[in-house]
Amino acid sequence: MKEIKAIIRPFKIEEVKAALSELGIQGMTTVDVKGFGRQKGHTEIYRGSEYTVDFVPKIMAIVVVEDTLVDKTVAAIVKSAKTDSFGDGKIFVSPIEEAVRIRTGEQGEAAI
Amino acid sequence: MALLAFGSVRMASAQTPAAPSPAPAATATPAPQQPDSEAYPPGANAGTATDLTWPVPADSTSINPDGKGKVTNDELIQNAAHNKVSINLVWTLVTGFLVMFMQAGFALVETGLCRAKSAAHVMATNFMIYGLGMLGFWICGFAFMFGNYANGPAAIGWQPSLGQGLLLLNQGWTVTIAGHPFGLIGLKGFFLSPSVFDTAIFSLFLFEMVFMDTTATIPTGCMAERWDFRNFIIYGFWVGMIPYAIYGNWVWGGGWLAQLGQNFGLGHGAVDFAGSGVVHMCGGVIAAAGGLCIGPRIGKYGPDGKPRPIPGHDIPMVMLGTFILAFGWFGFNPGSTLAGTDNRIAIIAVNTMLAGAAASVGTLFTMYLVTGKPDPSMLCNGLLAGLVAITAPCAFVNSAGAVILGFIAGVIVVFSVFFVERTLKIDDCVGAMSVHGTCGAWGVLSVGLFANGSYGQGWGGVHKLFKDGAWTIINNDGAAATLKKYADMTGTGATGGWTDVGVTGIFGKLFGAPAGDFSQLGAQCVDVCTCAIAVFAMAFVWFKLSNLIFPIRSKREDELAGLDMPEMGVEAYPDFHITDKSSPPAA
Repeated sequence: MKEIKAIIRPFKIEEVKAALSELGIQGMTTVDVKGFGRQKGHTEIYRGSEYTVDFVPKIMAIVVVEDTLVDKTVAAIVKSAKTDSFGDGKIFVSPIEEAVRIRTGEQGEAAI
Repeated sequence: MALLAFGSVRMASAQTPAAPSPAPAATATPAPQQPDSEAYPPGANAGTATDLTWPVPADSTSINPDGKGKVTNDELIQNAAHNKVSINLVWTLVTGFLVMFMQAGFALVETGLCRAKSAAHVMATNFMIYGLGMLGFWICGFAFMFGNYANGPAAIGWQPSLGQGLLLLNQGWTVTIAGHPFGLIGLKGFFLSPSVFDTAIFSLFLFEMVFMDTTATIPTGCMAERWDFRNFIIYGFWVGMIPYAIYGNWVWGGGWLAQLGQNFGLGHGAVDFAGSGVVHMCGGVIAAAGGLCIGPRIGKYGPDGKPRPIPGHDIPMVMLGTFILAFGWFGFNPGSTLAGTDNRIAIIAVNTMLAGAAASVGTLFTMYLVTGKPDPSMLCNGLLAGLVAITAPCAFVNSAGAVILGFIAGVIVVFSVFFVERTLKIDDCVGAMSVHGTCGAWGVLSVGLFANGSYGQGWGGVHKLFKDGAWTIINNDGAAATLKKYADMTGTGATGGWTDVGVTGIFGKLFGAPAGDFSQLGAQCVDVCTCAIAVFAMAFVWFKLSNLIFPIRSKREDELAGLDMPEMGVEAYPDFHITDKSSPPAA
């Protein structure tokens, strides 16, 4: 099992969700996040004071998938979240040791 | 404020008996009243002679010697006079209610421009200033301000619009310097005691009380998010009792600024129709003193001294509040006639809305040129800047004057906000010093620039008569000879033909006055300087002294945590996770 964290533009979440549903992925968790990358935000003026908007709003979508689905999932996210502009986001993949479905107690891949 | 304003000889003569031939309505036997629903047009039966008559028995001559169904001349005059005063009372009260609603506008604007972590605290200062200030005004503020109202300089033939009861306000402290009287303070009406128990005075109290609360709530925006609530409480009483009342007495209560015209020939004395100076600049100056004493919010200025933004947490709240204020201003300015029977209210209302609109457009353009983006909070400051600026001249200018001075206010306010933020380095969370202080001063001065002489004849007891390029000034000293001279010159006789010109600015001729008047601007300058110096001194001393009773500044750890929980015991938004991302680093 692998966990895939995709930090994407907020308005792309519906397209990403649809793309993953097509793959048969049944669950997803999202978190509203703010952050910055190489672009380091942009400069604005508020009531006469200049400031840099460092933290840009993003959505982090978290899915856990079987190992065999990882490549397809990542490809689907890249395809659906891409705008070709700076700030499209990033995807991180990491291993998951265990998963448990709380209602039934099922474990492992049966629980995801 | 049409305190000592308009009026003419004709108004004075209205008290003499009416023409000998009775009006038809007075002698005709009233038609039997029909329900209005049977008459056309609807309401045609309302307000007939029947409404004035008592149900007197046919054979009675004791109450009405003319018998049943007759309306005497005296009754007619009394009813007309009563109606006039009643209309004025209703107008003053209802516009006062509108101004009271501005408290809600101030609360929303100031809270929206502060951070969520102190929202309940900022809201509470705006809430409690209503009660604290009102009690202070009831205790002595009203007496200081208006206790000597009846002895102020007034136009020939002036009548108190709310009824003769206003003449009860007749005690104050006046010093005489070099033969000139200087009214310093009023001294009647403490606690609205039985000596002033009168409908005219109570209605004046309500109207002036809500004005005082406007002044009082301006500094709470400038000093928000770091003002210890206990220090704020004693401030609330003080501001209702002392600074607004004393400065207000000088301008509106018949004091020495209002007497500048009679004493020194400076126009009509200081002219401030609805309080660009008395209310707004006064509040802005108190805010400046408070902002200076309390210091900036933690993190507002970096180690390099550069200002950092602390964005407000709810811009829609700010804009809603601004609209509420703009709505309330229709009470603020037109209500300051204290007379619904003064038809000038139509011009005042239109000037008010035009100046506010022009200012918001002025700010819009300025922001596009200066920063490239029209920050909505600055647009709100812009609309309010125009409304503040038109407050003093609203009755004296035409629509072109209103648009010009409003637009200029919208430009000034932007640079004033930047100046306070970058140069003065006073952390004014909401722009109160710029909106109310700077543009308040601009409003007072603009009377001396744009007033077109069409209103305010005899204001400050000074009649400026104009004929064939020459001026004659008649100061109303109440003497019969003065009255006769005035009546002759304004009459149609051999010595007559003079025009009584109202308040006029130096550009008045461009807007329709027969000639410009430089002396009026002199009085306005004295007014602005007096406000800046006297009110600032009073406020600075107060904040330094009150700091010894309760420290003015909240504790550092409380300020960092947000004042809601430490000082108020409740959060504004407990169901939301409040992040502190909008706060700059504390170092």
